[in-house]
Amino acid sequence: MTASHQTPRAHHAPTTTAAAPRRTHAPPHAGAWIAIAQGSGWRRRAESLRTGLALVLVLVLAPLGVLLLTPMAGADAGSWPTPPASDAPRPQVSGPLSGGTADHIKFEELQGPFANGSEVTQACLGCHTETGEHFMQNIHWTWSYTNPNTGQQLGKKYLINNFCTNARGNEGMCAQCHAGYGWKDESFDFTDESKIDCLVCHETTGTYYKTPNSQGSPACSVMFEGKPPIDLAAAAQSVDLPQRANCGACHFMGGGGDNVKHGDLSSALKEPPRTLDVHMGVDGLNFACTACHVTNKHIWAGSRYNVVAKDTEGTGLPGQRTDVATCESCHGLAPHPVDSLAGFKLNDHVQSVACQTCHIPEFARGGVATIVDWDWRTAGKTRDGEGYHDEGYIQGNGEHRYTYKSIKGDFTYDEDVVPEYAWFDGQMVYTTIDTEFDPEAEIIEINGFSGSREDGASRIWPFKRMHTWQPYDKGHGTLVYTHLWGEDDAAYWGNYDMAAAIEKGMADFGLDYSGDYGFIETLSWWPITHMVAPKEQALGCGDCHTPGNSRLASVEGIYLPGRDRNPWLDGIGTILVFGTLVGILIHALVRIFSKPKEAQH
Amino acid sequence: MALYRVKIFSLFERFWHWSQMLLIVLLLVTGFGLHGFHELFSFEDAVTLHTGAALTLLVLWAFGTFWLFTTRSWRHFIPTAHGMWGVLRYYSFGIFKGERHPYRKAYWRKHNPLQALAYTMLKLVLFPAIWITGLIYLFYFAWRDLPDATAYLTGVALIHTAAAFAILAFVFIHVYMLTTGHSFREHVMPMITGFDEVELTPEEEAYLRKDQPEDIR
Repeated sequence: MTASHQTPRAHHAPTTTAAAPRRTHAPPHAGAWIAIAQGSGWRRRAESLRTGLALVLVLVLAPLGVLLLTPMAGADAGSWPTPPASDAPRPQVSGPLSGGTADHIKFEELQGPFANGSEVTQACLGCHTETGEHFMQNIHWTWSYTNPNTGQQLGKKYLINNFCTNARGNEGMCAQCHAGYGWKDESFDFTDESKIDCLVCHETTGTYYKTPNSQGSPACSVMFEGKPPIDLAAAAQSVDLPQRANCGACHFMGGGGDNVKHGDLSSALKEPPRTLDVHMGVDGLNFACTACHVTNKHIWAGSRYNVVAKDTEGTGLPGQRTDVATCESCHGLAPHPVDSLAGFKLNDHVQSVACQTCHIPEFARGGVATIVDWDWRTAGKTRDGEGYHDEGYIQGNGEHRYTYKSIKGDFTYDEDVVPEYAWFDGQMVYTTIDTEFDPEAEIIEINGFSGSREDGASRIWPFKRMHTWQPYDKGHGTLVYTHLWGEDDAAYWGNYDMAAAIEKGMADFGLDYSGDYGFIETLSWWPITHMVAPKEQALGCGDCHTPGNSRLASVEGIYLPGRDRNPWLDGIGTILVFGTLVGILIHALVRIFSKPKEAQH
Repeated sequence: MALYRVKIFSLFERFWHWSQMLLIVLLLVTGFGLHGFHELFSFEDAVTLHTGAALTLLVLWAFGTFWLFTTRSWRHFIPTAHGMWGVLRYYSFGIFKGERHPYRKAYWRKHNPLQALAYTMLKLVLFPAIWITGLIYLFYFAWRDLPDATAYLTGVALIHTAAAFAILAFVFIHVYMLTTGHSFREHVMPMITGFDEVELTPEEEAYLRKDQPEDIR
C-alpha cells in the first residue's frame, strides 16, 4: 500500500462572492414600484425587467448564500480545535486521578538501597496494601483472557501471532514485557505479589530497563550486555501515574521493534506533536494513555480482544465513563457541531462509520515505520556460520531499519499507511494452537472478524493488515509453537534449525505434531485507533464518496452515494441525454439547410 | 379576434420560472457532481448546495402550486388533443419549410397542446419522481434502521437519478424550442416582461381594457 499524504483541507470561503449579489442587486425602493405602474415605453419595460431580475436574484441567492456561508463560518471559528501550545511543559493528563497526595521522595521505605526490583515492589506493597491483589487480576499480569462470547482462550500466554509467532515457550525473552520479574518458564508463580513489576509502569526517570529473564543463546544475549546499572532507589522515588513512555516501553515495541506490530503505536507518541495525535500532542492536550484507558483497581478500559465497535451509550452520566476507552465515552454520540448540513450528516455517519475511519487518515505517521509483511521462509541464512542482519529501509525520522534478520527472515516496512476498511462488530475469532484448518489452505486469518451493515453492532473500521509467511504443521493443519529462545540446541535463535525448533516447541506443551512443517500465508488485522489527527486533517466526504479511488471501495452492503451507481441506468441516461442533443442538432441542421427564410412575424 | 400585446405571465409567475430555472440548473450541476460525473464542487459543498437548492425549490413549488390553484391558472395545463396534430406536424415538417406555427396563444390558453402536455407530465410525473425520492433520500437518517434500508436506498437513488437524466433531457429540448418559430429573443422576452402577442375575443379585450388596463397594450 502506498501512502497518500494528507494535506490540510483549507476552506477557501467565497465570502465576498456570495455576499456581493445581495449588495449590488438590492431590492428597489417602493418608489420603483410606482414608477413601473406609471412609466411608459421601453423604459418601463426595462425597469420592470430589472426589478424582476433583482427579485429573482435576491430571493434565490439569499437563502443559498446563507447555506453556503454557514459551513464556512464554522470552519473559520474552528480552525484551531484544540488548546494552543503553552510555553511551560505541562504534566501529562492521566484521567480523573491527578495532583497527587504524597511525595515519594520523602518516603523512608523508598530510600533503598534495593538489591533488585522485587524489593522495590515489596516496599510499594507495604503502603499500597491492596494493589498486589488488584494487579494480579489484570491482563498485564495474567497474559490470559477468556473471550466471554466465543469462549476462546486468548492472551499472550497462549496465542500465536504472525510476527515472532509465539511467546509460549519463549518467555525467557518475550516476558520482558510481562509486568513481573522472572517469568522464564512454566514454573513462574503467578500468585507471588513480590514478583510484580511496579517500576516499569510507574517510574519516571527513564533509566529503568528490563533484560531477558533467561540467558538464551549467546548469539542473542550479546545484545543485552553492557547496560548501566539501574539506580532502583531513584526509580522508586520517581513514581507517578504512568507516562506515555512507560506504556510505550512495551506497547510501542510490540512484535520485536518500534511500531512493528500495531502501526498506530510507536515511539513517536512519546513526545508527539498534536498533528500526530491530537490527544497526546505535547503542544495540545498532552494526554497520557490512561486519560482514555481509564483505570479501576488496575484494570484498564479498552481491549483489543473485546472491542466496543459501536458505542451506543456515549458519555453516560456526568463525568466520563470509566469502563470503556471509546471515543464516544468523552465525545458523545453526536460529536460534530450541528452548524451545517455536513455537521448534521456527519453525526448520522456515526451510526455506520467508526470515528477512527475518518479521523485517522493514515497510520504509522510521525516518522516511524511499521512492518506490513514478514517472510519466515528466508530466515536461517548464515554467513560464516553466523547469523546476520541487513539494514535496507530508512524511515521518516532518519533511522535505519532491518529488512533481513537470520533469526526472523525478511521484513517489508511501510509508513503513512492508508488503512484497510471493513465492517467490524468488535469480535475477533482467533486461529489458536488448537484450531485445525485445511493444510492446503491458501491463507489463514490469525484473527478473522465479522460484521455487516445489518447486524446493528458493526461499524466501518480502519485496520492494519499484516501479511506473513510463517511455519505451520503441514500434516495436521495447525499453527505451531516454535522454540525460539533458549540455551539448548533446539532454540531457533542461535541454531537456525526450524524442524528442531518446532519439534521442541510443540513437545514442551504436549502438543501433537506431525513432524512435517511448511510455511503458510497468514493475515492478522489490527484495528487502528491511535494517531488521531487534528480535525482539519480528517478525511473529507469526497475521500469515500467518489467513483474512483474511494477509501471504502471494498466495503460492501451499503449504497454509497458518489461511489455507487447502476451502470445500466447511467448508460441509458447518458444515451438519452446525448440522443436528445443529437436529435436537436439534426433538427437544427435540417432547419438551417432546408429553409433559410425562417418564419416571419 | 385580433392580436394584442397582453400580460400573460404575472410577476410571480416570472419570478417562479426564473428562480426555478436557476435552482434546477444548480441541482443538475451539483447532482451529477454528487453522482461522480464531474468534480466542480467538493462532495461536501455539492451536498450542501444540492440540499439547499432542493429545499428552496420545494418552498417555491409550494407557493407555485398555491398560486396555480388560487388564480385558476392550473387550467392552462390541462392536456388536450385538440390541435396537437398540427403542432406535431409543424415541428416534424412545417418548421423546415418555413411554415408559421399553427398555434395562437389565447388568453386562457397560453401553451400550445404539446407544451401543455409536456409541462403537465413534468409537473405530475418527473418532478414528483425526483422530489419524493429526494426527500426520502434526505431523510435516510430517519429510516436507516429499517430492515434492508440499504436496498431501499439503492432503489430510491436509482429513481432519483433516472428522473434527473430525464429532466436534463427536458431542459435541452425546452431551451432548443426557444430557437424555433420567432427569434430566441422573442421567445424569452415574454417570460421577462410578461407580455406576449395573444389573440383576444372582443369580450376579453373589453374586459381587459376596462378592468386591467395595465395588462394590455
